Amino acid sequence: MAARKSTKKSNVSADELKQLYRDMLLIRRFEEKAGQLYGMGLIGGFCHLYIGQEAVVVGLEANTEEGDKRITTYRDHGHMLACGMDPDGVMAELTGREGGYSKGKGGSMHMFSRDKHFYGGHGIVGANVPLGAGLALADQYLGNDRVTFTYFGDGAANQGQVYETFNMAALWSLPVVFVIENNQYAMGTSQKRSTSTPDIYTRGAAFGIPGEAVDGMNVLSVKEAGAKAVAHCRSGKGPYILEVKTYRYRGHSMSDPAKYRTREEVQKVREEKDCIENVRDMLLSGKHASEDDLKAIDKEIKDIVSKSADFAKESPEPALEELWTDIYVDA
Amino acid sequence: MPTEILMPALSPTMEEGTLAKWLVKEGDTVSSGDILAEIETDKATMEFEAVDEGTIGKILVDEGTENVKVNTAIAVLLEDGESADDIGETSAPAPAAEAAPASVPAAPVAAAPAPDAPAPDSSPDWPEGTEMKKMTVREALNAAMAEEMRADETVFVMGEEVAEYQGAYKITQNLLEEFGAKRVIDTPITEHGFAGIGVGAAWGGLKPIVEFMTWNFAMQAIDHIINSAAKTNYMSGGQLGCPIVFRGPNGAAARVAAQHSQDYAAWYAQVPGLKVVQPYSAADAKGLLKSAIRDPNPVVFLENEILYGRSFDVPVLDDFTIPFGKARVVRSGEDVTIVSFGIGMQYALEAAEKLAEDGVSAEVIDLRTLRPLDYDTVIASVMKTNRCVTVEEGWPVASIGNHISATLMERAFDYLDAPVVNCTGKDVPMPYAANLEKLALTSTAEVLEAVKQVTYR
Repeated sequence: MAARKSTKKSNVSADELKQLYRDMLLIRRFEEKAGQLYGMGLIGGFCHLYIGQEAVVVGLEANTEEGDKRITTYRDHGHMLACGMDPDGVMAELTGREGGYSKGKGGSMHMFSRDKHFYGGHGIVGANVPLGAGLALADQYLGNDRVTFTYFGDGAANQGQVYETFNMAALWSLPVVFVIENNQYAMGTSQKRSTSTPDIYTRGAAFGIPGEAVDGMNVLSVKEAGAKAVAHCRSGKGPYILEVKTYRYRGHSMSDPAKYRTREEVQKVREEKDCIENVRDMLLSGKHASEDDLKAIDKEIKDIVSKSADFAKESPEPALEELWTDIYVDA
Repeated sequence: MPTEILMPALSPTMEEGTLAKWLVKEGDTVSSGDILAEIETDKATMEFEAVDEGTIGKILVDEGTENVKVNTAIAVLLEDGESADDIGETSAPAPAAEAAPASVPAAPVAAAPAPDAPAPDSSPDWPEGTEMKKMTVREALNAAMAEEMRADETVFVMGEEVAEYQGAYKITQNLLEEFGAKRVIDTPITEHGFAGIGVGAAWGGLKPIVEFMTWNFAMQAIDHIINSAAKTNYMSGGQLGCPIVFRGPNGAAARVAAQHSQDYAAWYAQVPGLKVVQPYSAADAKGLLKSAIRDPNPVVFLENEILYGRSFDVPVLDDFTIPFGKARVVRSGEDVTIVSFGIGMQYALEAAEKLAEDGVSAEVIDLRTLRPLDYDTVIASVMKTNRCVTVEEGWPVASIGNHISATLMERAFDYLDAPVVNCTGKDVPMPYAANLEKLALTSTAEVLEAVKQVTYR
């Protein structure tokens, strides 16, 4: 087994590093639990897990300020946890219960939180990209200096509306960070087989949008690149593209047997590049934390996740009257 | 306490599967993410991963076993310090019954039309004696937007040619001059993209008016109108309403052929979460557009190019709106009810005029809004006349007229003296040739013929 490369020098405090570790671990354990509840039939339909990609959203969220907005695709559980949404409410939405963020009416792919400025959770590939630019347009119009993080995948990057949006975002200098979470597979089709350019961020150049590729398995690299992108947007210079090269360990959704890649390929990334193990090594080797400290964090996370699972099982199904509510906002 | 590893459901429809192969054996240590077994579902062979850490204490189902039900214990996992002797006091599996929610939804309680007697709202749209002024539909729409933009800083217009060109059909004339480029935004020709940006802006606290040069081009944007704008409030449990107006000319114009001549009334009227408006007169255009801009929900506002230049009386009032869901009885009558909306009203009214000359008294109803639809006014009228003809320019299959007919059958069957007749556009793409185009649309003559049919004359 090749040694895990921790080339990045730690440019954060021990406390920050521990926080990043904790936030990534919460997503991983939460997703593992979601996978388990799916297996038990408690979660239905489609369920897309974020395992492997945790450093992307955690690294970027480290740069946000109150009022900044975020919007993503259907692989959205990690984004919700990272922006501070309650794991209980997220898990209960997965089980389709009254206590879920959408009262059980949205499910895994459609959750929202006005309070945390999380605008979904969208099931149509690419559709969230103009929606994110629209949120940014509202902030620009209202004259605040808030930024919108618009996440999408390498698969969505081939949708026409993404480029319609790039054009308008650049034309109008909208404060939006386009985060391409390139996990290398659009469902079962590898990037090589679907995408003409190896570095997707370079497509922004055609619209005059600056961008860069980032190692998405290293949370500190993501955080640093995110800081630059956010500063660019917040200062009114218009959009910025971050292509974060990442990897999902699980199938596209729970029902994907993932026969389009080898077990060895997945195993190699897990062993050599895992974003959580990477930080764990940094914490231990830099003596920022002891094994016991980390065990305590593990325990804390385990408790949060099992509490969320209990809540998600115990929360009742929505009342039948809920079928007819929330279709319209009362005029 | 030892943990049971249960047969997982690996697809939304899986109820049982084959335990094809164990990749661990008793005594092996496993950690989260390790592959435990291969399981064949009806669709594929899937790898099944460990969630918890521990030692495989016992394998309960041998590899090769078929038809293993989901949630059956297939192995037992021991934690640190436990041994095979502890097996037997395993954690209880989740009750399987909970996993299969199959309760039948209750019959609609709130949204279904009441089967009772209709209670139409026949209040006047404005006080009697109000001063009236002639205005074109174009001027009325323009005035509605300007008034609402003056009243609310968050209202803005975006679309192709809405600003510097002054509107492809001059509906946004002079708005740029008064409100500036921040609030009157020229977009590139990119309907899909700017419709999505409009919806995002609405979630972000603004009240966008998105102009489509024509509704034909909005087919490129229909995903955002339906999936993003109409459904999100429901999907968010009521957190994310979308106060947006999508507007522009709809239906056939003149000699622009199939791609530029389609009435979308029935398409959009089908979608819960949308409100759908199709005005005929200038007064309704103004009052309904003002209501649309103020409404906290997405509104599809279907105008008509041919009507833009027509003049109507419009009340001179500082602030005048027409509520949604209120049809207007434009002409009272006793012998037959003619229901229409939008440009269909011109055929309905011409026919009523001719019928009057022949001694037939027709009641003409302008629906004005198609969602919500004012069923009560239509039903009350048909209970009086016992006969009904519907008129629209859209295609005949699954038309608004079909829906009205079905509703009358359900709620006023005993009052009908004849089957309802739907006058619609023909079931063809719109031809270019002048004579064929005329044939493809409905007409006053067809309405007269339909009235003859339902009155057995």
